[in-house]
Amino acid sequence: MTELATTYLGLDVSSPIVASSSPLTGTMDGLRALVDAGVGAVVLPSLFEEQIVHESRDLVTMLEETASFNPEASDGYFPELDDYNTGPDRYLDHLAEAVRELDVPVIASLNGVSIGGWLRYARQLADAGASAIECNVYRLAVDVDDQPWEVEDDLVNLVGEVAETVDVPVAVKLSPYFTALANLARRLEDAGAAGLVLFNRFYQPDIDVDTRAVVPSLVLSSPHEQLLPLRWTAVLHGRVGTSLAITTGVHDAEGVAKALLAGADVAMVASAVLRHGPSLVASMLDGLQTWMDEHDYDSVDQLRGSASQAAVSDPDAFVRANYLQTLTSWSTPIPA
Amino acid sequence: MTRASIDGNEAAARVAHALSETIAIYPITPASPMGELADQWSSSGRTNLWGVVPRVIEMQSEAGAAGALHGAVTKGTLGTTFTASQGLLLMLPNMFKIAGELTPAVLHVAARTVATHALSIFGDHSDVMAARTTGWGMLAASSVQEAHDMAAVAHAASLESRVPFVHFFDGFRTSHELNEVDLLESDDLAALLDEQWVADHRLRGLDPDRPELRGTAQNPDVFFQAREAANPWTDAVPGIVAGAMDRLADATGRSYGLVEWFGHPEAERAVVMMGSGTAAARQAVDALVARGERVGGLVVRLFRPFPTQALVAALPASVQRIAVLDRTKEPGAPGEPLFTDVATVLMRAVATGERGALPLVVGGRYGLSSKEFTPAMAAGVFAELDRDRPRHGFTVGIVDDVTHTSIDPDPTVHEHRHDGDVRAVFFGLGSDGTVGANKNTVKIVSEHTDLHAQGYFVYDSKKAGARTESHLRFSPQPVEATWLIDEADLVACHQFGFLDKVDVLARARPGATLLLNAPFPADQVWDHLSVEVQQEVLDKALQVWAIDAYAVAREAGLGGRINTVMQPCFFVRSGILPADEALAAIKASVETTYARRGPEVVARNLAAIDRSLAALHRVEVPAHVSATRHRPPTVPPDAPDFVQRVTARIMAGEGDLLPVSALPVDGTFPTGTSRWEKRSIAPEIPIWDPSICIDCNKCAIVCPHAAIRTKAYDGDVLGALRDDFPTKPMKDRSLPDHHLTVQVAPDDCTGCGVCVQVCPATSKEQVGHKAINMEPAAEHRDVERDNFATFLDIPELDRSSFDHGNVRHSQLLQPLFEFSGACAGCGETPYLKLLTQLFGDRMVVANATGCSSIYGANLPATPWSVDDAGRGPAWSNSLFEDNAEFGLGLRLGLEQERATAEVLLAELAGELGDGLVSGLLHADQADEAGIAGQRDRVEELRRRLAAMDSPRARLLDGVASTLVRQGVWIVGGDGWAYDIGYGGLDHVLASGMDVNVLVLDTEVYSNTGGQASKATSRGAVAKFAASGKSGAKKDLGLIAMQYGNVYVAQVALGGNDMQTVRAFREAEAWPGPSLLLAYSTCIAHGVDMTQSMARQKEAVLSGYWPLYRYHPGGEDDAHPFHLDSRAPKKPVADFMATEARFAVLQRSDPERAAMLRELAQADVDERWRYYEQLAGVVRTAPFDQAEDTRTTEEEPA
Repeated sequence: MTELATTYLGLDVSSPIVASSSPLTGTMDGLRALVDAGVGAVVLPSLFEEQIVHESRDLVTMLEETASFNPEASDGYFPELDDYNTGPDRYLDHLAEAVRELDVPVIASLNGVSIGGWLRYARQLADAGASAIECNVYRLAVDVDDQPWEVEDDLVNLVGEVAETVDVPVAVKLSPYFTALANLARRLEDAGAAGLVLFNRFYQPDIDVDTRAVVPSLVLSSPHEQLLPLRWTAVLHGRVGTSLAITTGVHDAEGVAKALLAGADVAMVASAVLRHGPSLVASMLDGLQTWMDEHDYDSVDQLRGSASQAAVSDPDAFVRANYLQTLTSWSTPIPA
Repeated sequence: MTRASIDGNEAAARVAHALSETIAIYPITPASPMGELADQWSSSGRTNLWGVVPRVIEMQSEAGAAGALHGAVTKGTLGTTFTASQGLLLMLPNMFKIAGELTPAVLHVAARTVATHALSIFGDHSDVMAARTTGWGMLAASSVQEAHDMAAVAHAASLESRVPFVHFFDGFRTSHELNEVDLLESDDLAALLDEQWVADHRLRGLDPDRPELRGTAQNPDVFFQAREAANPWTDAVPGIVAGAMDRLADATGRSYGLVEWFGHPEAERAVVMMGSGTAAARQAVDALVARGERVGGLVVRLFRPFPTQALVAALPASVQRIAVLDRTKEPGAPGEPLFTDVATVLMRAVATGERGALPLVVGGRYGLSSKEFTPAMAAGVFAELDRDRPRHGFTVGIVDDVTHTSIDPDPTVHEHRHDGDVRAVFFGLGSDGTVGANKNTVKIVSEHTDLHAQGYFVYDSKKAGARTESHLRFSPQPVEATWLIDEADLVACHQFGFLDKVDVLARARPGATLLLNAPFPADQVWDHLSVEVQQEVLDKALQVWAIDAYAVAREAGLGGRINTVMQPCFFVRSGILPADEALAAIKASVETTYARRGPEVVARNLAAIDRSLAALHRVEVPAHVSATRHRPPTVPPDAPDFVQRVTARIMAGEGDLLPVSALPVDGTFPTGTSRWEKRSIAPEIPIWDPSICIDCNKCAIVCPHAAIRTKAYDGDVLGALRDDFPTKPMKDRSLPDHHLTVQVAPDDCTGCGVCVQVCPATSKEQVGHKAINMEPAAEHRDVERDNFATFLDIPELDRSSFDHGNVRHSQLLQPLFEFSGACAGCGETPYLKLLTQLFGDRMVVANATGCSSIYGANLPATPWSVDDAGRGPAWSNSLFEDNAEFGLGLRLGLEQERATAEVLLAELAGELGDGLVSGLLHADQADEAGIAGQRDRVEELRRRLAAMDSPRARLLDGVASTLVRQGVWIVGGDGWAYDIGYGGLDHVLASGMDVNVLVLDTEVYSNTGGQASKATSRGAVAKFAASGKSGAKKDLGLIAMQYGNVYVAQVALGGNDMQTVRAFREAEAWPGPSLLLAYSTCIAHGVDMTQSMARQKEAVLSGYWPLYRYHPGGEDDAHPFHLDSRAPKKPVADFMATEARFAVLQRSDPERAAMLRELAQADVDERWRYYEQLAGVVRTAPFDQAEDTRTTEEEPA
């Protein structure tokens, strides 16, 4: 029997598939189904500081700004309810319940805006029992005066402060858009990050050509998107000491195997289970086991990183040669 | 003992909730908050004295609430309800029954004016006085503390005596005054009650194990005797109430009497009165006694059964002259009710020898509709009593220059001032948080310092840009003043623009502090004041401080909420607390107050407090007036005489100064007056870019305030316009060679932005730039004022020269509903405006009480307007519940007058000429040309009648106008149509008469503050449905369709404007009853009102609000039901998630929200399935065309 148990962020996980942050991990039913299907850990949806601010503001608009202008409605137009679950309360309740009910590590995800918000909420997540905290950092440096090193410094400082604030391991979900990703990864490790999650898929705005309006678009990932994180995992494995996770384009057992081969501790799934349901995880694990049996791997630990840049015979394949090969191997179709 | 700062409604509701098991409620100002609190408390599981959560149920009307109360107490539970004014009147039939059956019950009344020549939401005793014959006990509270204590006495006395009780206190003055209350704890309440009384009541309840029969019909043989059989119970009440008051005194130390004497023990002159006005009488008495006058007063607390013996005993034998003050008017009576009772009691006391000599007793009226009653006025009454022949039937508080009833206040008597008193008056905007901050200040001071505090708040009648006044008193002594402050130590003006609108400084005492929120640096503030304000500052030697509070609020991330910026400034400048103590207290309060709003809100408010004081600066006041600018006149000099004399005074806040002679005697006012009220409240106004405009006129059709106007005109007109006037050639084949102007009314626009949101035309180069764009008003106002003046001079198109059946053309018609005081972005008013464009010159409107009657006819001005020929909607509001019947009456009257005209025309045909008569009787009035032709004939008829010297000719002249086709429009909200007025509406629809009903459906009682109605959808959170409404919305359209001959349409202007215009025209053309259900976005939905129309579109797309027309006798006669919207394309949850009324439940109770959301989707699916089947139904309802009062059959265009 092959051993699927491994570790991620220093946490024992029963399998190398982790449920990434998605609407499925936002409900207890979804979480239970994922755990039943065999995920080794779960990442809850992000707690968005911006969302909390926005909701509070809406509440003020609704309750306060409509009050006090009409003598017949001098206390406004809505009843005052006992609790609006403003702030992170509802999230913390969900987290606490997940920790209580599930027997796998529960990782909380946080997307902050202000440094105060990051630290305050990180502390609250840890206090509510999160096994680890994944920092979901979203910053687009759109200002022409934004200096690239400042963007990196800010990120490193932020992660350092969060890591210092909480006792649980801190992972960083990164965007691929850094000039010197390897260097950044090292700096994050030095700052206290226990793991790197590659990569964040930002929702990209689209343009509706009928209305000429900018509209948000939400497209689930496809397997070919795994290639970008796969490369960087292979590059970083062995170069940094943190845990690594691949979170884009893992759709089947093969995808999991590739992730592990490249050097990830775990492969994270979201789009595939949203599309096919949590039971997909069980078949992915079956497939992984079959593949490992066929290839004579005893354990995930043995498998991990065996095709990383450090381990392969042609390390350049993950860097420029890979690019050259792609270009040279392309054959132009002959017109019929 | 717990001391809390609460208002009178909460004071009464706390006791009512604690001592009741079943609570039937219905909203009515100013009593609604009692029902809301009861519902809220029960929703959150608060229990009564017996550990059970009281059951609260909203009924369809006060009559329904009284019926439910009657049933609940007949079953043997402890029942209560809350009401006021017309609501109490609707309860009267049940009140007689409940009292006749000796069943305990308590009704808490925030006493309010009963509508007569006008509606008034404010306080007096006309409602409770109308209930005095019901047999209920009546107990009056005169302060917030008393509203708490007397509530408890009423419940206890009712249970013990079996006589039901009305407990009343003055609407607004007490119901809405914030003051300190020592709260009754459970033990105190328990001490008032004997559990045996509860058990006995329970035992009398209907129970099949102990079957009984109640409610027999009795005959002349026994009814009378049976009526007298209950006498001992009534007789026992005064003793029982006195006993309850004694137990209350034992438990709390607060002692009350059935009547209570104050003043000189050997007074010669006295007043007798009830309610909050007694506070003014007490202060006057104190002042006069201090001068050596022998005066006093008697407060009556128990009014029914009248405490005869207690009154005779309490009135000193020395009293020779008495003025009984009634807060009500009973025209034609020998005196008002309290006067009559007191006079009768004294006369009998003298006759029986209980009292030596009969004093001279006169009666007078004060305080109607919350009219101020001050110590000076009370002192004036004592002065009147000192005259040789004191007048009976006097008035005080007004100037009556017609029947000369009024007595003058005594200017030498002022509000008593204790050492350490601080009085402050604040002028704010409804939305800027001023009132909220001041309520908070009162609570901070009462609950955290040794000072006592009182807050009272005054609002103008506008919903957009409303002005508020807060009157705050702080004192080392309990505050018992029940009138507005007129000598303030501090006046704060939170909106700089108010200085040009009202006399803000009039309430400042000499040497007071003036605190200004000014959008300028402190050293520039003086230069921005008008001559009048500078002069007043100098005359009163005011100290002026200024802060740019909006800048501070913006920096702190608070947007336009300046409350926490201004609050510290007040505390520090008023000196009621040391600065650091004040800041700490405000911060502590912010943390509690905003805790439920979330940590970010708390943090931002704390930041605002920290920045506030540093931004507050002293304004150096020069020795002389330096300004040259005068305060602008309230209305322009060309306004009509009535507007100048009356309307403008009311606009300027000087309505109290108008004498009796200035007011119409029967409540009839001219229309077309809102145009004179230039409020200039919009910070941004829409500016037209003709280069992009596609002539769709959507901006105009959606404008809630008729502040976007469109006009089409020909080349001749264009030639006469000045060159820089914005114009564009029209692309319209039916109006060739015409030009178009889209014009904003810059001083009437509220800046809601709905026009910009709906504008479909965008610049090719820049997507965000539309054909109409919001821009800073300050930069454009002057130019747009000139443009608007020019625009108004452009002649209107001849109504008969083009088709009105599409959106573009409908907006070329002059709106006769303009510049209402409705909320910015109101979803109702665009429908009314459209109605007046299509039919305004020949419509009679019956308007149910509600938002539409308030923005439609709350003084000073009305948006209902007139065209150049002087024609326009003729409008009236009767009541809330009777609007359909009222409209039907108008229709009956119209038809009867026309019938009279027809008889007379036939009779006088010989003299008038057969041709004219035939033309008049058989005119085709199906279109505008036909109507214009008939108007010409009626003119001709009048000319010929004028030459005839006969009474029959005069009679015909009086009814001739009905020969021109007129429509009766019955307008109201969903509270009226779905709930309180439904029975009448149903009857009117069933009558088959030609009336048009427009229901402005906001899905809540909007005007009274957003209480649930049967139009409220499942899952929505509303007042009275604090846990989310569990039942589905009533399908009123479907019910009306069952008649078969009723035209029914469901419309949403933002969903499909074409369909709306079509439905309006079809409804008007249909010669039977028609019902239009118009979806109206409302601030009670918790949405951004700029998106008002977008919300309607979403409602339609999600199937939440399907569009349809049920058109009997239409083009497709066999298939009357037409579904005009497409099958839902998205789940209704998507729509619900974006409106706070639904979304807030997701936050507060996600599980219930999910359950209700699922049911809401099922509601939508099932309704759609049903409607789709209806669209295939073949049905032709028989309709008696002979009943059609028009002379031609009409088909819609």
